[in-house]
Amino acid sequence: MFRLIRFPARLVRLLLASTALALGQIWANKVRSMLTTIGIVIGVAAVTAVIAALSGLQAKVLKEFETFGTNNIFIGPSRPETGPKRNAPWQTIRFYPDHFDGMLEHCPSIARFTRLARYSQTIRHREKTLENVTIVGIEPDWHVIESRSITLGRPISVIDTDHTRQVCLITPDMRDKLRLDRDCVGQSIYIGPRLFQIVGLVEKRVESSMFGGFSEPMEVYIPFQTAWQLEQPWMFVVASSASTDVSEEARAEARFFLRRQRQLRPGEPDTFRIEAVEQFVRQFNQLAVMMTLIAGGVVSITLLVGGVGIMNIMLVSVSERTREIGLRKAVGARPSAILLQFLVEAVALCFVGGAMGLAVGQALTYAISNIPNAQLEEAFIPMWAIATAFGFAAVVGLVFGMFPAWKASRLDPIEALRHE
Amino acid sequence: MGIELTDITKFYRVGVEEIRALDGVSLTIGDNEYVAIMGASGSGKSTMMNIMGCLDQPTTGVYLLDGNAVQRLGAAALAQVRNERIGFVFQSFELLPRLTALKNVELPLLYSDMGFLKRRRLARESLERVGLADRMTHRPNQLSGGQKQRVAIARALVNRPTILLADEPTGNLDSKTTTDILALFDDLYAQGQTIVLVTHEEEVASHAKRIIRMRDGKIVEDFANHREPSPRVRAQELPCSA
Repeated sequence: MFRLIRFPARLVRLLLASTALALGQIWANKVRSMLTTIGIVIGVAAVTAVIAALSGLQAKVLKEFETFGTNNIFIGPSRPETGPKRNAPWQTIRFYPDHFDGMLEHCPSIARFTRLARYSQTIRHREKTLENVTIVGIEPDWHVIESRSITLGRPISVIDTDHTRQVCLITPDMRDKLRLDRDCVGQSIYIGPRLFQIVGLVEKRVESSMFGGFSEPMEVYIPFQTAWQLEQPWMFVVASSASTDVSEEARAEARFFLRRQRQLRPGEPDTFRIEAVEQFVRQFNQLAVMMTLIAGGVVSITLLVGGVGIMNIMLVSVSERTREIGLRKAVGARPSAILLQFLVEAVALCFVGGAMGLAVGQALTYAISNIPNAQLEEAFIPMWAIATAFGFAAVVGLVFGMFPAWKASRLDPIEALRHE
Repeated sequence: MGIELTDITKFYRVGVEEIRALDGVSLTIGDNEYVAIMGASGSGKSTMMNIMGCLDQPTTGVYLLDGNAVQRLGAAALAQVRNERIGFVFQSFELLPRLTALKNVELPLLYSDMGFLKRRRLARESLERVGLADRMTHRPNQLSGGQKQRVAIARALVNRPTILLADEPTGNLDSKTTTDILALFDDLYAQGQTIVLVTHEEEVASHAKRIIRMRDGKIVEDFANHREPSPRVRAQELPCSA
């Protein structure tokens, strides 16, 4: 081996010659090679398909997250599990609008925020009634944070909130259910006992196929102040950080600000929660990587089974070609050259299997991406999975080819030439 | 230079019994000699051949090949010695069936430090030397027995070895091709090649200039052969005319 390392040119030449020889061997024994590599084919196909499925799932979920806006930070009241407030009544935990006065001035990383208030109410237009409709009180910045376009009319304005006007935005769905005119701007509906004027139509929330239960199809949007004056409902805040990079800072600033606003003493636990989508994304990514590694690891056990097949056929090959080995040694092949020859052959077998497995894996990926409702339409084989599959195949070839190759390299040339 | 064997022994242990395949052999073969080693089976001639060819190592004794002691070299070093200084010709040719004649001849050069073009050129020249310039791309199964042995000889000569070791080179050939191969050996000898031939056929040995007879692991006879080889044709005719 030392001699080989000392002469890299010879090593390269020997590698080339061995590769040509190995491919010739594989071609000469097509059927046998095919059968031998089936284990590797199945292993690589399974590994790549599983990774493809998980990668697809991950891509899909991340896309879903993005529909919520990765810059968004949710701030809601929360009763701490420890400390003096752990049994505090919700009335003392809940938010009030003035808690957030001056938040933008104190939190430079937060670009904008909206107070939100939700309650449910029955709405009516002439004889049509809809029960349990969610009424959402919003501030003008909501339009920027949610980025839902106004298809008709105008958004909720500062004037609406400042003057607690009884105006509302509805969705096209709602308009149809209430049998309003197509151009319903200017018409009025009853929300509970009060009459609200429709000022605009807001596009439906982007329907999330995975978190379907999350979206409320029946929503009416009114100015936050109006909602607050009417009902004093449960409220929370959605803020948007200046960019994804500062979402961590934005959370810290919001926390510091809120603790002061709510007069929490040092050491006292928070009475609110601040959650960023970005944080979920990060956690999910970690989870996905773990899942992919575990699943890939489990499936790659099949590759080991394939490796045993390779070892078996290599042992057969060595014993079949004992005379050839003897001759090669007689004409001056060093043991290391013979070792290399058979190792290269085992690795080449694995690579052939790996390539076929990749093709099968690609087909499987295509198949699973077309399973309806499986949420896997994004399934794809990432480059690193291809590299890993081939790397694994190479390692399997090296590990399981080592013993037969070592056996070949140790053959006594005289005995080998006398074989049979 | 050439081969210098001094007091070579080779013992095998089979069970409790010790077999003395070679029992104190000393022998010097100079440059451009044509030696035939003869003896019955079990006489030690094959063992001697293996040791001379660096396929095997003696139990005791000193073997100088071109002035270098080779009796204690490791497997890799021995392989290099075989590669650079020894050419083997075997009774059953030992050609690799899937390789063309040219590739078969090139084989030893694969294990040397030679570039592709030089390997090709040497292999070509070697095949031309044995008269097979027109058979380079043929595979062994497309060649006759005599042609196969010529390819094997070309392979043995390709690295310009110090000695050409031929183990019963005509054992698998009919008498016509035997004559051809022996004529080829005569030619090579005339060109300055050292040849050591192991055979049990007097007829074959008669081509050599020196004949060594072995028995029970010892050299019993070692003499110069001045006799011209008897024409093979006459030898064949003898049984018919008698």
